[in-house]
Amino acid sequence: MQSRLPILVFALVMAAIPFVPGMPPFWIVLLDNIGLTALVAMGLVLLTGVGGLTSFGQAAFVGFGAYTTAVLSTAYGLSPWLTLPLSLAVSGSLAVLLGLITVRLSGHYLPLGTLAWGLGLFYLFSKLEFLGRNDGISAIPPLSIGTFKMLSPGSIYYAIWVAVILSALLTMNLLDSRTGRAIRALRRGHVAAEAFGVHTPRAKLLVFIHAAVLAGLSGWLYAHLQRAVNPTPFGAQAGIEYLFIAVVGGAGYVWGGVLGAAIVVVLKEVLQSYLPLILPGSGQVETIVFGIMLVALLQLAPGGLWPWLISFLPERAGGKKPDTSLKLEQRPRAPGEGSILLQVDKARKQFGGVVAVNNVSFDVQAREIVALIGPNGAGKSTTFNLITGVLSATAGSISVLGKKVDKAPPQEIVKLGISRTFQHVKLVPDMTVLENVAIGAHLRGHAGPISSMLRLDRADEAKLLAEAARQIERVGLTEQMHQLAGSLSLGQQRIVEIARALCVDPMLLLLDEPAAGLRHMEKQRLATLLRDLRDGGMSVLLVEHDMGFVMNLADRIVVLDFGTKIAEGTPATIKTNPEVIKAYLGVAA
Amino acid sequence: MNTTIMLFLMQDGITNGAIYALLGLALVLVFAVTRVILIPQGEFVTYGALTYASLAAGQMPGTAKLALALGIGAFAFDLIVARKALHGRLILRSVVTNIVLPSIVLALTVYFAAQKPPVAICIVLSLVIVAMIGLYLYRIAFQPLAHTSVLVLLIASVGVHLALQGLGLLFFGAEGQRGPAVLSGAFTAGALRFTGQSLTVYGITVAFIVGLWLFFGLTLYGKALRATAVNRLGARLAGIRTTLSGQIAFLLASVIGALSGIMIVPITTLYYDSGFLIGLKGFVAAIIGGLVSYPLTAVAALVVGLVEAFSSFYASNYKEVIVFMLLIPVLLLRSLAAPAVEEEKD
Repeated sequence: MQSRLPILVFALVMAAIPFVPGMPPFWIVLLDNIGLTALVAMGLVLLTGVGGLTSFGQAAFVGFGAYTTAVLSTAYGLSPWLTLPLSLAVSGSLAVLLGLITVRLSGHYLPLGTLAWGLGLFYLFSKLEFLGRNDGISAIPPLSIGTFKMLSPGSIYYAIWVAVILSALLTMNLLDSRTGRAIRALRRGHVAAEAFGVHTPRAKLLVFIHAAVLAGLSGWLYAHLQRAVNPTPFGAQAGIEYLFIAVVGGAGYVWGGVLGAAIVVVLKEVLQSYLPLILPGSGQVETIVFGIMLVALLQLAPGGLWPWLISFLPERAGGKKPDTSLKLEQRPRAPGEGSILLQVDKARKQFGGVVAVNNVSFDVQAREIVALIGPNGAGKSTTFNLITGVLSATAGSISVLGKKVDKAPPQEIVKLGISRTFQHVKLVPDMTVLENVAIGAHLRGHAGPISSMLRLDRADEAKLLAEAARQIERVGLTEQMHQLAGSLSLGQQRIVEIARALCVDPMLLLLDEPAAGLRHMEKQRLATLLRDLRDGGMSVLLVEHDMGFVMNLADRIVVLDFGTKIAEGTPATIKTNPEVIKAYLGVAA
Repeated sequence: MNTTIMLFLMQDGITNGAIYALLGLALVLVFAVTRVILIPQGEFVTYGALTYASLAAGQMPGTAKLALALGIGAFAFDLIVARKALHGRLILRSVVTNIVLPSIVLALTVYFAAQKPPVAICIVLSLVIVAMIGLYLYRIAFQPLAHTSVLVLLIASVGVHLALQGLGLLFFGAEGQRGPAVLSGAFTAGALRFTGQSLTVYGITVAFIVGLWLFFGLTLYGKALRATAVNRLGARLAGIRTTLSGQIAFLLASVIGALSGIMIVPITTLYYDSGFLIGLKGFVAAIIGGLVSYPLTAVAALVVGLVEAFSSFYASNYKEVIVFMLLIPVLLLRSLAAPAVEEEKD
């Protein structure tokens, strides 16, 4: 993704800071606090900025980490190094529990839900006897290596910043991987990601756990820095504060979390120490000024400060083209011409009293282009959604190669070799074309999150990107490979969707209005591509309104009107069919 | 536990629940129309309550000055936005709503504060002051962010909450205050004693719920608000000024908040920072109501009030834990019933 050089420079600068002569010890304390906050904010970046899951409850996970080590190292005398994995495990496993309940919620339930359990847990911390109630736990042993005890803020400084930089690297590695693409697609709704086999609830749970573990790590460090814990820093206010740190820094960027932490921690410190000098005598002036500055900052840079800063840097040249010689395994080709690939048998879909698809039957054979046409509202896209498992049929059956798939979810349908595009383009606009297309190959890679974080996924990843690049080349968008998908024209975005669908290595390609928004020449190129695909052994089922395009391309046409099939046949017979003419042009045309 | 205690707890729970219901309704309203999760709702409660209590005690509340200051800010925002096309009527309207109005209210407040005004005047003044604060806050903090994501609006809302809470300490000090009862007198029915105050709470809550229902169902403004809630762009294309909808929503929310505050401050002592927790319980009710349904929110608020009352009797230490954990089973149910197909947000 990005070059590692700036990170190395940053790490060296951070390592050198304590050696600067005359560095006030107080600054080191500030940097410690920034590091601790940055860890939590980084988790939120992944959770909220990238994954679209807003959480107010992160402070509670910091609390879990801190209290776990506090209890174990005081009451049971365990070494802090032994409690580290335990702290992370407690945060992580409670994240699984809370995550299972909350991540399925969408939109505004999620932030409010997390706020609620964040508050509840805070009160629990302050009421439980073995956690020391409101007084908390003190006399926590410091971190130590051999006989060296990290008692001063200056000595734990390295532990904190090593944790921050390592976590940042691991998080960035994760984002730049097969799993990372699935996570980055979450914010745009799940229909598209699921159509390519991404298990979205699992991906959401994963980021939830990741963020909780980072928060737990911060809590563990906090406990050994302060050597005492009490409930106050794990309350709802803190949870809210972590979230706005991430937003102020730039919620979509790992380093935005670090920047946000630096800004907020320093700002609060400055306000607290200097404001009373300007406006003496009054209570919480710093809170007032802080609140106002927060609103002002958001009005000036709603996307956060990191992207705003980055925009001043010279634009980086596009990434390098993947090595397209690497091959992925291909699925066995479908049986020869004439065998039935897809059988739709009396499929019916009702939404309340509306019958969107009314007992429609048709089939698609191997090596065939079938067009599904009909006036607007005829039920074409609903039929697509039934076939691909986005909707389940009210009655009737759909089978692929003789196997019934009525109740199968989208993730299972795509495994059978059926991939699709969408009428309303569903790409991730802030990912490059290459990354978007690579989502199509999601099921053909195997690397999991852990191996991605540790960069053990590179061989697998190279093959996926090679496949993506090959398909982009095939549809003729090599030039745009490293541009952001959102910057392309609508017509090009439709072509990107086709490349993504091709990455599945499908037997049957479902295209929903692929030619809409294309220019004449582009339509011709698309028709050629689809014929080539058919001749290569693939079948295509397409919905399209451009009759010239359909009539020249399709082997067979199925006509729907008001959810009912009114005709089926070759283009020539459809053109003269009186029912079809009536449906399109009205009576007696 | 005997029946008397149970009845007593129920009464307590219902009184609190009624307040949570009002706050929950306001939160639902503001969220639906502006997508802002209104954390400062709690500050409207304390501002209303403490302004009322201060006035009744013959003190000058700082909130009246804040209203004027925010009004001047709102006027400045109006001028900046309209700088390319300034014309007399626009400036006049802005001056009247943002500067003249709060100035008059400030003058009245100064005049009345010196002579311990009757309860009715205290109520009216407090309501008007907080209503103006709500209105100007929308203009200054949220209207410029109307196009951004729910998350950014939420964070801005946190910023406003922090600033208002800090100002609350400045205006009212760290000590709690209590106000005089809105309606004095009481009567007993069996073992239960109904105070005029608790009857006021029930009456006003019911009146507001019915009022909102009529407002949204029957008036053009109410329908405009609903249209904005369903689809901002569509509402604008149909000629609805979405900023006006936002202003109405904030106005209603701040009036509801202030009114809730005025109703509880005779019952419990309120501090400058009490609003946050009260507002959050309204949130709990609003979430149970799914942030869309008014009747469900009202019912949920009663449940929250009752659970709170009973848990404060049985396990007072865990009162807050129980109230907030009440959400978990609700969320669980909601997640099981989550729709299968869901389109992208943002």
